[in-house]
Amino acid sequence: MNPFNLLSKSFQNGVHPQHLKAQTQDLPIQRVPFGSLFVMPLNQHIGVPCKPVVEKNQRLRRGELIATAGGFVSTALHSPVTGRVKEIGEFRAYDGNFSQSIQIEADPYATQQTEVGTPIDWSSMTTDDFIKAVQQAGIVGMGGAAFPAHVKFSIPDGCNIRYLLINGAECEPYLTNDHRLMLEQPLRLLRGAEIVRQKLGAEEVVIGVELNKPDAIAALNQHIQPGDPVRVVGLEAKYPQGAEKMIISTIFKREVPAGQLPRDVEVNVSNVSTIVAIADYFDYGMPLIERIVTVSGPGVSYPANLMVPLGTTVRDVLQFCGGLKDETKEVIMGGPMMGRPIASLDAPVVKGCSGILAFTEDLVQTRTEYPCIRCGRCLEACPYFLNPARLARLSRARMFEEMEDYAIMDCVECGCCSYACPSSIPIVQLIRTGKDQLRNTKAKQK
Amino acid sequence: MNSKDPDLLLQTAPFLRQGMTTPSAMMDVIIALAPATLAALWYFGNSAVLVISASIAGAVLTEMAFVPRQRRRMILMDGSGLLTGLLLGLTLPPGLPMWMAFIGGAVAIGFGKIIWGGLGNNLFNPALVGRAFLLATFPIAMTTWTAASEGFWTFRLTNFDFPFTYTEIDGLTAASPLGLMKFDQEATDVMQLFFGNTAGSLGETSSLLLILGGIYLYLRRDIDWRVPVSIVTTVLIFSGILYSIDPLIYPAPLFSVFSGGLMLGTIYMATDPVTSPTTPLGTWIFGIGIGLLVILIRVFGGMPEGVLYSILLMNAVTPLIDRFTQPRIFGHQRSKKT
Repeated sequence: MNPFNLLSKSFQNGVHPQHLKAQTQDLPIQRVPFGSLFVMPLNQHIGVPCKPVVEKNQRLRRGELIATAGGFVSTALHSPVTGRVKEIGEFRAYDGNFSQSIQIEADPYATQQTEVGTPIDWSSMTTDDFIKAVQQAGIVGMGGAAFPAHVKFSIPDGCNIRYLLINGAECEPYLTNDHRLMLEQPLRLLRGAEIVRQKLGAEEVVIGVELNKPDAIAALNQHIQPGDPVRVVGLEAKYPQGAEKMIISTIFKREVPAGQLPRDVEVNVSNVSTIVAIADYFDYGMPLIERIVTVSGPGVSYPANLMVPLGTTVRDVLQFCGGLKDETKEVIMGGPMMGRPIASLDAPVVKGCSGILAFTEDLVQTRTEYPCIRCGRCLEACPYFLNPARLARLSRARMFEEMEDYAIMDCVECGCCSYACPSSIPIVQLIRTGKDQLRNTKAKQK
Repeated sequence: MNSKDPDLLLQTAPFLRQGMTTPSAMMDVIIALAPATLAALWYFGNSAVLVISASIAGAVLTEMAFVPRQRRRMILMDGSGLLTGLLLGLTLPPGLPMWMAFIGGAVAIGFGKIIWGGLGNNLFNPALVGRAFLLATFPIAMTTWTAASEGFWTFRLTNFDFPFTYTEIDGLTAASPLGLMKFDQEATDVMQLFFGNTAGSLGETSSLLLILGGIYLYLRRDIDWRVPVSIVTTVLIFSGILYSIDPLIYPAPLFSVFSGGLMLGTIYMATDPVTSPTTPLGTWIFGIGIGLLVILIRVFGGMPEGVLYSILLMNAVTPLIDRFTQPRIFGHQRSKKT
């Protein structure tokens, strides 16, 4: 291990973008009114798409199962509204592509009140049943990647989880949804943490929160009794503090070996929203049918933190926030560092959507690309200590096999290199291309 | 909501960029050099204007001549040619004929940069290539120092020599502090070196103004602080050791740091990102190497000044340093490939 890493409070390298959270960090979470049409894509998570179990025109209650998991790395899907299935077919997703979805028409006369179901007795469940229950609840990692949560909780024999690390870093600029959640519902978070801790057999819960959210840290600490196996750790506000392997390195001073998972260093990392979703499922029987979304950016008239039913169109969400300003040039799903551009405002909000950001012209102005001047800023930004400039050069030269020798597959695409580059070279984009090409060649060889 | 959706751009993440761009970094260096350039006008009068303009003209015109028309505007706008010309101009003696300065600028860009493939691909610092060329080609003109002038309008006739001619001057010459040290063991007062009222190249006489510019560059995050710190520390320690052995023969540490082109080379040329290592460890090695070479050349070599060749020599080994100082990749046992 790097000896300097022991001295510093944070992981090495990384970048310090402006936080830009002031617009929304003091705004309480509001509920968005229900629209009339909801689209639920079947591939909202990483892995196998789920299989619909409803038919056209079938009437649905809010929270009713509409699709089951299509395999192990897959989760269930539930209706976000009371209404009826209007169509099962292809609908436009945020990236502009069509994807198999279930369209639901809300019942205009229904109250859409969340029915409090019966609490599920989790304490007597076996671990296997717990994992199945999490899959049934459709819960995914809600930090943005939307990786099915139960897969992370499935610990193979021989592995042991000592720490449940709850990720409240929220290192992406603009986003404040996790911040508000920790501030407004600390008890729900601690409740979910206790459930998951017991089921995983972890010794301690560690909640990592960036130090730019002191009120969230205080709110959590207020509800932690002495003797509880829970502690809150303040982290340096630095991007990508919330990346799984980085937050582990910051808190436990341990590096997850390349190609391995956090469980190999006895840690499970889960996002705060994921943990609250688990608590809601086991206490109220409510599956994952809504999530908190930060709507912000200079193109939004009234920025807000919103509780949005899944399947609501981006257009409806923006409309609730007063619509887009005329100068808007780009709408982003997720944070500005790792989010994805939205091609169509008719796309629905999905499980992995932590924010909707609208950028105006001055933010998206295309920059002239200059030659690489070997300044080394990308090397000092890369938290994985890769050589991004060299990888970009190899990618341009289409030398994808060689890129593997430079550990390209370790790249998590955090984008620090592109952020730091003074010559505006699309480094992470070139690396992404290289990774895709490598995966394709590998798939062909098989 | 607007009746019509905006035409949405589809870029890929990251959507934010930090503020610095390559042209703005070049501009910052030019701004940082402004005080030293003005001091050159103050000390050397119109000669400074003539020599520096000739060198800039040589650099920029060569760049224009060799760059494809479509890319000309962009390449001129990045400011690197202008910067090279200015840096070269500041390393030249005030009495240099303008035609020599012009050729120096042309060689700096032509052989220092364009021949390698343009900005970012050159192995050696272009301004220093130009200076090395001039030093080898016109050794007398390049080492004839004239004292700081009486006023702005005191003309140095050598500036106006016709191309390919050079008039030897007899009066007005003065030895540079380093020359005095080397050949007469006569030390110049450090304060005088610090403020710059000595004979020498145009931009290198006032260490104070050069350091101020360096601080500006550091605050703007344009240069790597490790380079100047490692060079100056090495020079101080190495010359301190020699000085403690025999203070009569060897120069004092502070004299070594503030004399000659050390400050100009350290802050503005060794820090050139293109020709210095990219890894933090490599940067330390690079700086220490320059510091050692400077003292070796100055004290034991045949020339009074060694900054030029020490930087060029370390430029040459930069790829090697980079290769052997790649950091260990996160989660790997040691760096996967060197």
